[in-house]
Amino acid sequence: MFGKLNWSAIPIDQPIPMIASGLVALVILGVLAWVVLAGHLPYLWREWITSVDHKRIGVMYTLLATVMLLRGFVDALMMRSQQAIALQSQGYLPPEHYNQIFSAHGTIMIFFVAMPFVIGLMNLVVPLQLGVRDVAFPTLNSVGFWLTATGALLVNISLVVGEFARTGWLPYPPLSELTYSPGVGVDYYLWALQISGVGTLVAGINLVTTVLKLRTRGMTYLRMPMFCWTTLASNLLIVAAFPILTATLAMLILDRYFGFHFFTNEAGGNVMMFMNLIWAWGHPEVYILVLPAFGIFSEVVSTFSGKPLFGYRSMVLATMAICIISFMVWLHHFFTMGAGPTVNAIFGIASMIIAVPTGVKIYNWLFTMYGGRVRFDTPMLWALGFMVTFILGGLTGVLVAVPPADFLLHNSLFLVAHFHNVIIGGVLFGAFAGYTYWFPKAFGFRLHEGFGKAAFWCWLIGFYVAFMPLYAVGFLGMTRRMQHYDVPEWRPWLLIAGVGALIILAGIIFQIMQLTVSIRRREELRDRTGDPWDGRSLEWATASPPPVFNFAIPPDVSGEDAYWSLKARAKQQDLEKREPDYKDIEMPRNSPTGFVCAFFATIMGFALIWHIWWMVAAGAIGAFTTFVAFAWRDHDEYVIPAKEVARIDRANIEERRAMISLAGA
Amino acid sequence: MTDQTTEQHRIDLAPGDEGEGGVGLRVLGYVIGLGLALLLTATSFFIAGTDLVWQPSIPVAIIVLAIAQMGVHLVFFLHLTTGPDNTNNVMALAFGVLIVFLVIGGSLWIMANLNQNMMPMDQIMQMQR
Repeated sequence: MFGKLNWSAIPIDQPIPMIASGLVALVILGVLAWVVLAGHLPYLWREWITSVDHKRIGVMYTLLATVMLLRGFVDALMMRSQQAIALQSQGYLPPEHYNQIFSAHGTIMIFFVAMPFVIGLMNLVVPLQLGVRDVAFPTLNSVGFWLTATGALLVNISLVVGEFARTGWLPYPPLSELTYSPGVGVDYYLWALQISGVGTLVAGINLVTTVLKLRTRGMTYLRMPMFCWTTLASNLLIVAAFPILTATLAMLILDRYFGFHFFTNEAGGNVMMFMNLIWAWGHPEVYILVLPAFGIFSEVVSTFSGKPLFGYRSMVLATMAICIISFMVWLHHFFTMGAGPTVNAIFGIASMIIAVPTGVKIYNWLFTMYGGRVRFDTPMLWALGFMVTFILGGLTGVLVAVPPADFLLHNSLFLVAHFHNVIIGGVLFGAFAGYTYWFPKAFGFRLHEGFGKAAFWCWLIGFYVAFMPLYAVGFLGMTRRMQHYDVPEWRPWLLIAGVGALIILAGIIFQIMQLTVSIRRREELRDRTGDPWDGRSLEWATASPPPVFNFAIPPDVSGEDAYWSLKARAKQQDLEKREPDYKDIEMPRNSPTGFVCAFFATIMGFALIWHIWWMVAAGAIGAFTTFVAFAWRDHDEYVIPAKEVARIDRANIEERRAMISLAGA
Repeated sequence: MTDQTTEQHRIDLAPGDEGEGGVGLRVLGYVIGLGLALLLTATSFFIAGTDLVWQPSIPVAIIVLAIAQMGVHLVFFLHLTTGPDNTNNVMALAFGVLIVFLVIGGSLWIMANLNQNMMPMDQIMQMQR
């Protein structure tokens, strides 16, 4: 009846997961109870859960990412504290639990923090920057988000029911095969990623189509803001690379569920094929994450220097070059697997070549700042912290791209320090810069500057204190993923790293306080004009938060930095007094399709993990029925009358006029 | 949104979008495509079984016919043209082909190199003998 599922799946004898999940369950129940009792449920359902508005979906993606960041960071704290005390002892985490923690940490941070964070920001900002009213496929967008949430939910369910993978964030066979991992941990990993992978793929298709097909009048490719270019490149990579991941994991699923031998040790299986395929996805994935961050930094550096981006065309070229070259370097993740010197050398050289366009970008940002009036607001601080940190990470990356050096450093903590250096220093700092920069656009008030700066300094210093020691201890020969160790020389470094993690914790606490304080003081932090940073691209041309239709009149673009030139002209002409010709606007209707689909996908995923076949069928039929019901809908759009559009738009124009006359006086 | 999309439509067609031209013309296109596809398929079957051509050339011929078959499908059924309204589709195809070539070609190369380099010890000994 319930497949492999029975009461022994719940780890009652292990206090740490039980207490943790108990607390999480309490918080969730508390929030749910508050939502229901305060009568917010209808509002949430109407305005958020069923929303197909790209801004709302973007916010929900980002919210999912921040919640999962907390989960992933708790894992990190546990690992750091375990390694700080586990010298010649067992520490407090038994090996099978420790292995689950580092696997969950990596999986969560990449798939359920970094990915939703950048996709959320792209969703929120790209249609606004392009001057359009929504993404190309609004309902598909909602489906994509909710499927990602399903994946995150499955990973978290594994905390209470059953176990998570003990195989690392990429389930290398033969360890991940049924012979060596008979439990449900790897299955949780596989189905969470397969389901959220579908979500990521549709998000990618959606954003590529949006950039290629929906641009406002005059917005040619070479007038798009840099963030739109990096979005295009990153989503092209998603569309090209994620099917490889899906296919590879599908083969592992066939191995585990139907006794195939793609990656087994016996019967002609080849484990090396798994490493090869997973990294053919894995390396583009790195650039899927970091390219949008590069775009964010381009916007931030240009805005806060008050100058157009230096070398815009070289930046476009560098972005697209990275997009292609990122598919030519994947072997550098397994130099030590046994390929000959020719292959290793060629991939090593390709890996060094890909550093060149990234270097071009760094110089472009530096020259953008050169001669500008740089304002050191929080987003700019993140950008500066990124430049310093990311150069360091890039340099250690070029070092491990040298095959002989890699043979020494492979799988050591040096490697761990390197990829945290680029992912925290690149992707996460970028995400935080974008979060601070576009928060006023999404919600209509700024984030508190003081707490933002405190959070930045804690993160920056904490990062260096936590990861520089790992470089050192990597050179001393410590390998990654050690539950305990016997070398006393490593201990001091690991203690320092633990302190670093605590400093980062302080940064996170400051961020939570920043959010709370900003919400409480939202009236004094209110952004009335919609242009709080003196911005240059079109998202600042509309109100904060933007009306559901984004722009009352689709903007007409005549050059790079569309909104900047618009502002310059408006100032010269003392703001246009001409009343625009408002028209009725058709917008897509909200739809519960995404949520319902994901509900059934969750049931199906859970049932697949536990081999409950009748429930698999029920979930599959439910999801398919939802899709059919959506396909046969009659009304998919509603009309906002021109009068209403005019009312909303005039209010914003009044605010802007008032602000300019205030500045003039 | 509507006025934008219609405006974009004129300059850029999605695969399968119905362009200008009457029904008769479009049907004719499909019929020609079907005819060519059938012809290429029949030729492949014929080549595979015949002894009229030099035998080692058969695999090459089959590959050539398969690629021609893909071309026919792209042009007549997926309406890929070289016209300016089709740039995105051609670029997407080129990108896809490039990635497939890189990933499959790269994998074959890497795995062949591995197999040669990591041969079981007894086989290496035999080679040295």
